Amino acid sequence: MTAKTSAPARRQRIPAALLIPALLGLAFLTLPLAGLLIRAPWSTMPQRLAEPEVLDALRLSLVTATASTGLCLLFGIPIAWLLARVEFRGRSLVRALVTVPLVLPPVVGGVALLLVFGRGGLVGAWLDEAFGITLPFSTAGVVLAMTFVAMPFLVVSVEGALRGADIRYEEAAATLGAGRWTVFTRVTLPLVAPGIAAGAVLCWARALGEFGATITFAGNFPGRTQTMPLAVYLALETDLEAAIVLSLILLAASVTVLACLRERWTATP
Amino acid sequence: MRAAALACAAVLGLTACGSAGDDDASGHLTVFAAASLTEAFTQIGEDFEDANPGVEVVFSFAGSASLASQIAQGAPADVFASAAPANMDSVVRSGYAADPETFARNRLVIAVPEGDPDGITGLADLADPGLKVALCAEEVPCGAAARTALDAAGVRLTPVTYETDVKAALSKLGLGEVDAALVYRTDTEAAGGAVHGVEFPESDSAINDYPIAALDDAPNPAVAEAFVDYIRTDEALEVLTAHGFQAP
Amino acid sequence: MTPVLDAHLVADRGDFRLDLPLHVEAGETVALLGPNGAGKTTALRALAGLQGLSEGHVALEGRDLDRPAQRHWTAPERRGIGVVFQDYLLFPHLSALDNVAFGPRRRGVGRTAARERAARWLARVGLEELAGRKPRQLSGGQAQRVALARALAVEPTLLLLDEPLAALDARTRLDTRAELHHHLSRHAGASVLVTHDPVDALVLADRLVVIEDGAIVQEGDAETVTARPRSDYVARLVGLNLYRGRSEGRNVRLDGGTVLTVADPLDGDAFAAFKPSAVALHAGRPDGSPRNVWEATVTGVHRHGDNLRVQLDGPLRAAADVTPAAAAQLGLRSGQRVWAAVKATEIRTYPD
Repeated sequence: MTAKTSAPARRQRIPAALLIPALLGLAFLTLPLAGLLIRAPWSTMPQRLAEPEVLDALRLSLVTATASTGLCLLFGIPIAWLLARVEFRGRSLVRALVTVPLVLPPVVGGVALLLVFGRGGLVGAWLDEAFGITLPFSTAGVVLAMTFVAMPFLVVSVEGALRGADIRYEEAAATLGAGRWTVFTRVTLPLVAPGIAAGAVLCWARALGEFGATITFAGNFPGRTQTMPLAVYLALETDLEAAIVLSLILLAASVTVLACLRERWTATP
Repeated sequence: MRAAALACAAVLGLTACGSAGDDDASGHLTVFAAASLTEAFTQIGEDFEDANPGVEVVFSFAGSASLASQIAQGAPADVFASAAPANMDSVVRSGYAADPETFARNRLVIAVPEGDPDGITGLADLADPGLKVALCAEEVPCGAAARTALDAAGVRLTPVTYETDVKAALSKLGLGEVDAALVYRTDTEAAGGAVHGVEFPESDSAINDYPIAALDDAPNPAVAEAFVDYIRTDEALEVLTAHGFQAP
Repeated sequence: MTPVLDAHLVADRGDFRLDLPLHVEAGETVALLGPNGAGKTTALRALAGLQGLSEGHVALEGRDLDRPAQRHWTAPERRGIGVVFQDYLLFPHLSALDNVAFGPRRRGVGRTAARERAARWLARVGLEELAGRKPRQLSGGQAQRVALARALAVEPTLLLLDEPLAALDARTRLDTRAELHHHLSRHAGASVLVTHDPVDALVLADRLVVIEDGAIVQEGDAETVTARPRSDYVARLVGLNLYRGRSEGRNVRLDGGTVLTVADPLDGDAFAAFKPSAVALHAGRPDGSPRNVWEATVTGVHRHGDNLRVQLDGPLRAAADVTPAAAAQLGLRSGQRVWAAVKATEIRTYPD
């Protein structure tokens, strides 16, 4: 018996009630991309790519989105575990709170972050006084803003995976002598790895496209806090074509990264 | 895309179309105006409605660049009032308007918290490395003006951020994250008591002209012309200056 | 000699209460046999430490693992109890070898040594060639053997098996059962097997503990339990008609009022049992020797081996086995009235 069972060559009848909305939905999702591709000034593309500002913004975007995904994993997985596995008072309230950044307009999220981590904010004032750390207008601030908006995606998908995972595997591990931490690292995490991966991808993608919270919390300074979406927004003020080019570069970079990761996951099952 | 927008315009401007041939100023008037005009134009719009019974003025306030591109995509506007000649020029170049006229001017000031805790009196004070300054990005009008003024003053400064618009720069100041910001005089007026505007002589070199024009595809051309003329009356100018603008 | 396992399992789950004293000697295999919902799995989980007791105790080799009265509780990972789960629960992300090495690793054995030990155990269950396979690449029987090797690799004092053969098809089951019997008889520690299949229990266990509704209804070796069932459940399992009543000499007055004539005299509360094959069916009232004759209604007919098993209702609810030929001759169908007869010598009686 092998894992991959070849799909039967049987032709399936697809109900029109599913097929038609699916095709319409796909068109709706892909047509805007087509719009960008059609309007793109392909001839000047290589020139734009060589501009140091563009490369700076792209590099900054990739680095900060990746760092914030790391933070989301570090804090989000334990949150998801708590929500999925520990019965406690107010759990549904905590679950609702976790999704707050999803419904909060990102700009408002940025303002909220400023009120806490800003110069005069609760935590920010203390960080500044005790360690001389100021987060607003810094690259760390970009990562913080991204983490704030992206974390819910990770928590929600990992919690779903944990709920779907068979808890009896963990019991089996316990009977074999594994303590709770070992069970978590050796059994639980590998079992929900696909859910974590899916969550991390969503998280990364959301962080990469982050605009509102970043501009509000971290401002816009080339090379330090100007990520691609900010660069796109500013380019839009003066030059629509430049904005399109930047958008496509961001898009191409993210698709490439995700495709490479997918390749790696499927290569080692 | 154009056809769809025109259809849209036709629907929105039905009453206007009906009265297009009349001399009577009546019906809807859609004005696309720069965000910095929000307070002044809202008041002027009311005065205009009072002076012209039967006219209803609808404003769409946004960044001048966004408005210009919306007009280029066929948005059903009658009048465009821009915060920068460049955006108006692009509309004129695309053939949507002709002969814009400057109706107001705005100049830069250094916005500081009320009471001026850092004792800022001029541009040179902003070069203090201990000071956090917000500028607008050079892609937007207030940023371009700031660059001109700083160059004229020979001041080199590194801001902590290049904000995407003047309101964002001002809100950073309001939140206490920066110590000073270069913004328009009108914006410090609109911000009320919490913000004080420090005037500086170099702002003369970066005065911002506000052009206005009736659009060629205006659904209601007669009222559009009337509104543009009204903006240039002393009555309207009084309102504009009360909000920090200067006469052209 | 003190038993390896000394337990009195008391657990409450809503209206259900498990109350089960259980003692198992070293080298002994005890089967917990009972219908679904009898509390077998609860008992097993309580032993493994996956569920706490509400009262009673679990002690292994004199060491208390769970004693609520003294607020004493040992977590499953520190109990030294091996478990073979019903659907094996092999970790899907680990190879067969790493699954077996998992326990030794957790008990402080080095990586290489643990893998060597795992390899030996896989060899012992005959799967050394499949060491590198992932669980999903194993057949049901192979997975069962890996699960057994995994549980035994930690050299548990007590081995628990939850329906170890239930997930297997009939053919595989036969081989695996023999294999399992071999390993259980070599296991030095105590073993507790939970099953609802009497054949598994009879083949694998030295002693049966039959539980129903959370309590023991019968306990003893296979022979005693099958020969003298003390509950409908066991009687059905071993294919006997079983009745409870009061015996005076050669007459047993059953709880329903019917009187059976038997060959062995006995006085006092008693069980009376006879095989379905001892029941003869007739179209009319039979003449001659049988002492126990009654009129019954056929409520069901189905295949049973080469014969047909007929369910009868009437003064006595009973099962009767008849040949297909006899059934055809009688024209048996549901609702039909027939006469049933059982010879006195075919009825076994034993004290309640």
